[in-house]
Amino acid sequence: MNVETFIQHALNSLTLGSLYALIAIGYTMVYGILRLINFAHSEIFMLGAYFVFWGFTVLHLPWPVAIAVSIVFTALLGIAVDRVAYKPLRDAPRISALISAIGVSFFLQNVTIVFFQAIPRAVYRPEWMESPILMGNVRVLPITLFVPVLSVLLMLGLLYIVYRTKTGLGMRAISKDIETSYLMGVPVNRVIAITFGIGSGLAAASGIMWALRYPQLQPIMGAIPGFKAFIAAVFGGIGSIQGAVVGGIVLGFVEIMTVAFFPDLAGYRDAFAFVILIVVLMYKPTGLFGERMEVKV
Amino acid sequence: MSKTTLLLFNVLALGVLGLFIWWAGGSLDGYKIQILNLIAVNIILALSLNLIYGFTGMFSLGHAGFMCIGAYVCSLLILTPDQKDTLFILGGAFDWVQNAQAPFLVAVVAGGLVAALFGLLVGIPLLRLGDDYLGIATLGFAEIVRILATNFTSITNGSLGLKGIPDHANLWWNFGWCVVTLYVIVRLLKSNTGSVLKAIRDDEYAAKAMGIDVFRYKLLSFTVGSFFAGIGGALLASLLTTIDPKMFLFTLTFNVLMIVVTGGLGSITGSVLAGIGITVLLEWLRVVENPIEFGGFEIAGIPGMRMVVFSLALIFVILFRREGLMGMREFSWSALAAKMGKSK
Repeated sequence: MNVETFIQHALNSLTLGSLYALIAIGYTMVYGILRLINFAHSEIFMLGAYFVFWGFTVLHLPWPVAIAVSIVFTALLGIAVDRVAYKPLRDAPRISALISAIGVSFFLQNVTIVFFQAIPRAVYRPEWMESPILMGNVRVLPITLFVPVLSVLLMLGLLYIVYRTKTGLGMRAISKDIETSYLMGVPVNRVIAITFGIGSGLAAASGIMWALRYPQLQPIMGAIPGFKAFIAAVFGGIGSIQGAVVGGIVLGFVEIMTVAFFPDLAGYRDAFAFVILIVVLMYKPTGLFGERMEVKV
Repeated sequence: MSKTTLLLFNVLALGVLGLFIWWAGGSLDGYKIQILNLIAVNIILALSLNLIYGFTGMFSLGHAGFMCIGAYVCSLLILTPDQKDTLFILGGAFDWVQNAQAPFLVAVVAGGLVAALFGLLVGIPLLRLGDDYLGIATLGFAEIVRILATNFTSITNGSLGLKGIPDHANLWWNFGWCVVTLYVIVRLLKSNTGSVLKAIRDDEYAAKAMGIDVFRYKLLSFTVGSFFAGIGGALLASLLTTIDPKMFLFTLTFNVLMIVVTGGLGSITGSVLAGIGITVLLEWLRVVENPIEFGGFEIAGIPGMRMVVFSLALIFVILFRREGLMGMREFSWSALAAKMGKSK
C-alpha cells in the first residue's frame, strides 16, 4: 500500500470517525445526565437527514435554509421525545425508560416508513460536491474534508456551552447528583430539555453529512451508525464528551483500516464494533475516560 | 387444595388443550392454524425471556441471536442432503453440514442445546455487566450472530438463507413444546432456585451478602433461557419453512420483549396471556397494511403502520401501566377455586 492510498484511507477514517463522534456525543450527554441509553437517538440521526432532503426537494428551500430548518426541527423533536416518553418515567426504574426508548425508536422508524416508504432514496448533492479535490495524488470529495472540520467546530461550540455557560454548569451538576441539583435550584427539567436539544441537533448535523457522504436515505439508516456511536461512547467512557470523540475516531479508523488492510473481512465490518464493545466492557467496564461508578448498597 | 386435586386439575387442563388442538387441527382453516402455531412459539419465547429478564432481572436483548442459532441448527438437521445440494448454490456446504441429518425431535433439541451452549459461552464474560451494559452487549452478540449467519456461506448459505425446510412443526409439536417449557420454567421457579433467582432480581447485592453465588445462578437462568429461545427458533424455522439472516434482526427481540412487558415482567400467566393476545393482534393488524375496499373506493394499504401501532402500544403500556397486564401475579387453581366459591 503506497502513501497516497494510506492518506486516502486515513481521511476516510477521520470523516467516518467524526460522524460517529457527533452521534456519540448525544448518547453520552443523555447517559451522563439520566443514565438512560436513548435508543431513539439513531432515529433522530436518520430524521435529521430526511428533514433536509424533504425541505430541499419538496419545499424547494435553498440548501443552507433546509439544513438550518432540519437541525432546529430535529432538536425540537429530541426535546419532544424526552417530554413525552422519558420525563414521566424519571422516578420509575431505569429499565422502564429504556423500554420506552426502544418503543420510541421503533415508532419513529416506522412512521418514517409510513411517510417516505421503506425503499432507499438517492440523495441529490450540489454539483460542486461531486467534483473531487486533488491534493498531489490524493483525490478526495469535498465532503470528506468538510466533515472533520465542521465536526471540530461543532464540538468546540459544545465544549464552550458545557464548560463556560450556566446551562453547562447545570448539566455537570445534574450528572453528578440529580436530587441535590433539584434542591440547589437548578432548573433540572429545562437543562435536561436543552441537553436533548443539543444532542439531537448534533445528531441531525451528523445525519445530514452522512447522507451527503453516502448519498442514500432509508428509514433504517440510523440503526448501525447509532449502535456504533453508542459503542464509541462506551469505549470512551460514557458520560465523557472527550471520550465520545476519541471513541468515535478510534472506531472510524478500526473500521476503515480493517477493510483496507484485510479486504476478505469486509463482510464482517459491522461485527468488529460489537466485538470491540464486548472486549472493552469485559476489561474496562467504564471505558477509557469513564469514572468508576460505585454501587451504593 | 390437596396435591392430588391439583394434579387432577392440571391433567384435566392438559386434556382440554389436547381436545382443542385435535378439534382445531380438523376444522380450522390453514391461516387460523398458523396463528395458533405462532401463539405457541411466541409463548415459548416470551417465557424464556421472562425467566432471564422478569425473574432474574438480567436485561438481555440477545433473544434474536439465540433464536437464529436454534433455527439454523434445526433446519440444517432436517433438510435432506439432496435438498442441501440444490440449496447451497453459493459455494457448497461443508461436508459435515451436507451430511448431517436427524429426526425432527432430535433436531429441535439440538437447536436448543447449541443455543444454550452459546448462552453459556457468552454468559460467562457478559453476565458480570450491569443492566444497561448487559442489554447493549447481548444486543451486540445477537448482531454478531446475524453477521456470521450472513457471511458463513458454507454453513448458512449466506444471505440467501434456507428454503424448503420440512414443515414438521404442527400444532401438536408446538403446543407440546409449549407445555414442556411451561412445566420446566414453573418447576424451576417454584423450586429453591426460583426463590434465589427472584432474590437476585430484587437486590443483587443483598443476595450476595446472604452468601448466594449470584453469578452461578444468573448463568443457570441465562442458559436455560437461551435453551428455550433456541427451541422457539427451531420450531419457528420449521413452521415458516424459510429462514434467512434478515429475519433475526432486532425487531424479533422487540416483539418478544413487547409480549413479556405487556404481560408483566415476572408473571408466567402474563406471558401466556400476552403471547396469545399480541400474536392475534399482530395478525389482525395486518388489515391496516392491506388495501381496504370501502364502498367501491380502495384505500391503499400503509406499509409500516402495523409497527407504528405496536410501538405506540408499547410506549403506552410502559407509561400508564408499568407493571403490565398481570404485574407479578400468577394464576393458580386455588385462587380460582376461592373466587368461584365466593361468587356462589
